Amino acid sequence: MKLLRRIFPHPHLSFLLTIVWVLLANAPSLNSLVFGLLLGIVIPFITQPYWPDRPVLRNWPMVVEYILVVLWDIVMANITVARIILFKPDAERQPNWVSIPLDLRTPEAITVLAGTITMTPGTVSCDLSAQGHCLLVHCLDAPDPAAVRDQIKQRYERRLKEIFE
Amino acid sequence: MEFLFELLIAFFLIVSGIFGFVGSFGMIKLKDPMSRLHAPTKATTLGVGGVLLASICHSVLVEGRLSMHELLITLFLFLTAPITALFIAKWHIHRHEKPENLPDAGEDGLWATHAVEQMEDVPDHSKN
Repeated sequence: MKLLRRIFPHPHLSFLLTIVWVLLANAPSLNSLVFGLLLGIVIPFITQPYWPDRPVLRNWPMVVEYILVVLWDIVMANITVARIILFKPDAERQPNWVSIPLDLRTPEAITVLAGTITMTPGTVSCDLSAQGHCLLVHCLDAPDPAAVRDQIKQRYERRLKEIFE
Repeated sequence: MEFLFELLIAFFLIVSGIFGFVGSFGMIKLKDPMSRLHAPTKATTLGVGGVLLASICHSVLVEGRLSMHELLITLFLFLTAPITALFIAKWHIHRHEKPENLPDAGEDGLWATHAVEQMEDVPDHSKN
């Protein structure tokens, strides 16, 4: 077990690297799989000092649910934002800053949350507070900042908390 | 059957074209820099996503082979796009926003960009 730990300091990273290499090769073959595995062993081993903690994923079904929720939200938000850009006069639009107090403490979880917020059209995550306890989000059109905050906390942060913490 | 496939592929291409156009149009129409930042996030999600879906459909349905590069492009986009957006946003906060214009940062008092400015005594650029 200890030897296994030393060869695979980050099992998730090794797995991900192997998958990415096989996908890059674009033709599933033993050749690319073996080389991918080699990369999956060597790269985490060399970069080990830069990854002192490894994120633990506790809830795999939730990961799938999270991805589906985000994809659905991206499509819906795209349509909403397209309507705002095309049809709403600039004077009626209310761009707004929203401050989101974070319950998440894991850096990886906060990164995923910030990335998700940026990728959903209509909101861009702009800054963290000095100690990482709040997230600053800019909204394209938000007459009610509190509603945006509650929606982000309810839809994304709650699920991420179950996945990472 | 062939016709249905082509219809599906064309649909995805049109969707991507529309959202790519709206994203570019937003860059012209929106006036303040922070709002402009929202336009490219649209182009990278459904705009590029539509082309990638069309490409997957074409390789599976017409050429009869599975192509996975599109999934990787999506993955890399989702990794890089938020980071560029964050850089631009931070630049904007650094040059144009005062701490009192931003909402309350809760228990920490300041947002990270301003906190760094105070700590390291960075020269004030916001006047030029």
